[in-house]
Amino acid sequence: MVKVIYRDRQWTVKPGSTVRHIIEAAGLNPESVLAVRDGKLINDATVTRDGDTIKLVAVVSGGV
Amino acid sequence: MKCTRCGGVAVIQMRQHRLQLCEQDFIEWFTAMTRRTVDEFRMFTVTDPVLVAVSGGKDSLGLWDVLLRLGYEAEGVYIHLGIDEGLAYSDRSLEMCRAFVAQHQPQARLHVVDLGQQYGQTIPQLARTKTRGRGKACALCGLVKRHIMNRVARERGVAAIATGHNLDDEVAVLMQNTLHWQTGYLARQAPVLEEQDGLARKVKPLVRFYERETAAYTLIRGIDYIYDECPFARGSTTNRYKEVLNELERHSPGTKQQFYLQFLRARESGRIAFGEAERVRLQPCRRCGQPTTAGDLCAFCRLWE
Repeated sequence: MVKVIYRDRQWTVKPGSTVRHIIEAAGLNPESVLAVRDGKLINDATVTRDGDTIKLVAVVSGGV
Repeated sequence: MKCTRCGGVAVIQMRQHRLQLCEQDFIEWFTAMTRRTVDEFRMFTVTDPVLVAVSGGKDSLGLWDVLLRLGYEAEGVYIHLGIDEGLAYSDRSLEMCRAFVAQHQPQARLHVVDLGQQYGQTIPQLARTKTRGRGKACALCGLVKRHIMNRVARERGVAAIATGHNLDDEVAVLMQNTLHWQTGYLARQAPVLEEQDGLARKVKPLVRFYERETAAYTLIRGIDYIYDECPFARGSTTNRYKEVLNELERHSPGTKQQFYLQFLRARESGRIAFGEAERVRLQPCRRCGQPTTAGDLCAFCRLWE
């Protein structure tokens, strides 16, 4: 399975789908997030593999 | 997905540029584009000292990093606003700035202004007691930051204050001002705000980048930044406009870029005009000497009355 992390949420999806599909299935806009695997940025056409942990990073974020 | 330049594995696709790049080529592209923006809008030169307003967020730390990598004389200023709200938000933001210096740019100089220590009250305290801030800490925060940044810029004798505003920030403001036909604001919105009567010059070198590109830059460079939004900014109007614009961008790549850059070009060429931007008369505040439209004390000094 593939573990997906977004902010304080975590869920799992079946391997084999693209990052873009995971983002859209979560109801997120691909323009608003970046995907990171093993600490490295990955493009959203990347096909996920069993055992992956994908962290979705919201691009609108902190700082005052 | 392959890198357009080297054929390696692309880490980011930028559909508005028809470009997809690997880590190394993205960093080179981002750096060159920053340099191009600084030059195109004549923001500053390599010998001009610049003050970067850092917040601990991705844009300002990314900006400071890329300017230093380009060889600019960029000092940082962090204003500790005393925002805690159970999250130690200001403390953690400052820690991000200090960690950035220690890990990435140890020669860089960071100035810290602590609002509570230097002036006696934090933003949340001011917001509770002042009419201006009642229920709206963001209005107070903007006033305080503008005043202190200008003060530090004057003390340091810098050529400009550089802020981390990206294209998404600018286009959200542009949309808001257009929908409300705020022609005065539309006349003034620009990548460079020239010095005026004691107000330091302000520049926005990241104004050509989408927010996801500034986030990608900091991620690839391994710069830690404060990920959480300011507790007072949650649900802000600007963020709602950004959501709408990103929805348009998703279906029509390049919409945000076109809206903003064509606005600048149309105004520059005279195809759209808002009349002369109203030039307000500024005079020195009796107490602090900073420029103000008020007759006696500036809005910042009145906060402490």
